[in-house]
Amino acid sequence: MTGTITPISGILGTSRRKRSVRANASKIGFSAATYLGLIALSALVVLPLGWMITVALTPDHANVFTDPPMWFPTKYWHWENFIRALVDPRRPFLLYMANTTFIEVFVVLGSLISCALVAYPLARMKFKGRDTVFAIIVLTMLIPWQALMIPQFVVFNKLGWYGTYLPLIVPAFTGSAFFVFFIRQYMRTIPKELDEAARIDGAGHFRIFWSIILPLSKPALAVCAVFTFLGTWNDLLGPVIYLNRQDQFTAAVGLAGLVSVQNQQYNLLMAANLITIIPVVVLYFVAQKYLIGGIASMGMKG
Amino acid sequence: MVPWLYLAPWLIGAAVFTIGPAVLGLVMSFTNWNLGLPTQWVGLDNYKEMLTDDYRFWNSIRITAFYVVLSVPVYLAVGLSAALLLNQRVWGIRAFRTILFLPSVLSGVAVAVLWMLLLNGQGGVVNTVLRNLGVANPPQWFTDPHWAVPAIAIVGLWGVLGNGAIIYLAGLQNISPTMYEAAMIDGAGAWRRFWNITIPLLTPTIFFMLLISIIGAFQVFDTAFTIDGGRSGDSLRFYLLYLWQVGFRDGQLGYAAALSMVLLAVGTIVVLVLLKTQNRWVHYEDGDN
Repeated sequence: MTGTITPISGILGTSRRKRSVRANASKIGFSAATYLGLIALSALVVLPLGWMITVALTPDHANVFTDPPMWFPTKYWHWENFIRALVDPRRPFLLYMANTTFIEVFVVLGSLISCALVAYPLARMKFKGRDTVFAIIVLTMLIPWQALMIPQFVVFNKLGWYGTYLPLIVPAFTGSAFFVFFIRQYMRTIPKELDEAARIDGAGHFRIFWSIILPLSKPALAVCAVFTFLGTWNDLLGPVIYLNRQDQFTAAVGLAGLVSVQNQQYNLLMAANLITIIPVVVLYFVAQKYLIGGIASMGMKG
Repeated sequence: MVPWLYLAPWLIGAAVFTIGPAVLGLVMSFTNWNLGLPTQWVGLDNYKEMLTDDYRFWNSIRITAFYVVLSVPVYLAVGLSAALLLNQRVWGIRAFRTILFLPSVLSGVAVAVLWMLLLNGQGGVVNTVLRNLGVANPPQWFTDPHWAVPAIAIVGLWGVLGNGAIIYLAGLQNISPTMYEAAMIDGAGAWRRFWNITIPLLTPTIFFMLLISIIGAFQVFDTAFTIDGGRSGDSLRFYLLYLWQVGFRDGQLGYAAALSMVLLAVGTIVVLVLLKTQNRWVHYEDGDN
């Protein structure tokens, strides 16, 4: 992994550099083939999403499996389906969304605080045992947590946390190995002179952490926050294991549960699905820079 | 002392939530740990039963392995093709990237719920399109034992393709343009440049993609759980889904712990084997690997 977040301007937009390729007929053909490929791939993404929106807007009992398929809404505009999905007394998605948001606040905050705290000495201090701790953190990164879900369940059960949000929230406050690693790599790129200057001015280590290192690590923290939010919003296994009451459900569990309901109405199912993905789609457009930059730099050589 | 205060959150977490449970899991795998019943030491019985007398275990291994073999090569190839297209400097490329990366932020559940309808055997959109293209009897997808795993692979591919494309794209943009310029001066055509520059210099990215897609394939849960949840029998009982059922539906935590240990062991072996092969085909530009 590189120490810095990959420059994303190159991935998000076209580079300004002119290519010294002579324009000729084959180049035009090449561009046409490129567009054809890009349009075909985009259609594979856009058409299913368009179909989902169409179905969400159809009235009850209307056939959704038409031939040809309804790729985009043209005929029906039953926006009230979204309200119905939100307040359906059997599957109240408004409540599920609120529950998920509640968990998110703690998980994102806890994860940011703890990862930054743990990364700081690993990146900016010299002490005995530092490299050992760092090696162990890297090793634990390789353990898939699913392999630990059974004994973790026993631990949480013994603590009396089964059926509460605590198993989903508390671990976030102990830092995730992956983001500790990520933030540590970023903190290492901050010039050492800044710490030294602050120390001469009489600043203690916590002050250096709080007023110098933390503000300068904002890009890495933002990546961490965005991915933690996504991971929590989209998590199914954790809530499925630990939540046992319907009124506690998260959006993901509620949606998975909706599938198994008898005589389900596809329009409400798709409306509920759209409701649960709206927050991540909004996040995608707002924080695209961090999201794509984050994925790109995690894919760099380790 | 000071550094250890900062490390305290992680130290506590590692002890209580990672290393402690890893040890506990190993111990549990030698018992008949069960919710409510007294626990007894059973030695290697869980492992013995798994290997010799558990049809569902072998079935879940078979399904998971089939999924790996089916999905990983397609995922690697399609992701690279998409990235090559997205790396072209053509007008509007930014919009195409935004569209193609979008599914990678959607949850496995949301993608599964959508595709459950798209791949509906009767009037699903995919089959309607296939019929219009002249396929008389399109597959019944999730309800056909032969097509259930390929169907999950299609759903998985749709969900993660953007992710793969972003990673490949970053790798492509890391290749210095001077390489291509030098090759063009030497008269190398587009095809030669692709095989002799792009592919070798992209091998670290391909290696990383191989690693994460194999690990991801071992952890298929959300899609299979949402679409089937083990309701319709064996055809979608992926390894992790089976582990979940044994542990949390049947309450056989000792046996589930043994299954977890096998998952851990297989995962570790796959990673080690891959790391071992990388010297042979992964090309690192700075020579240290």
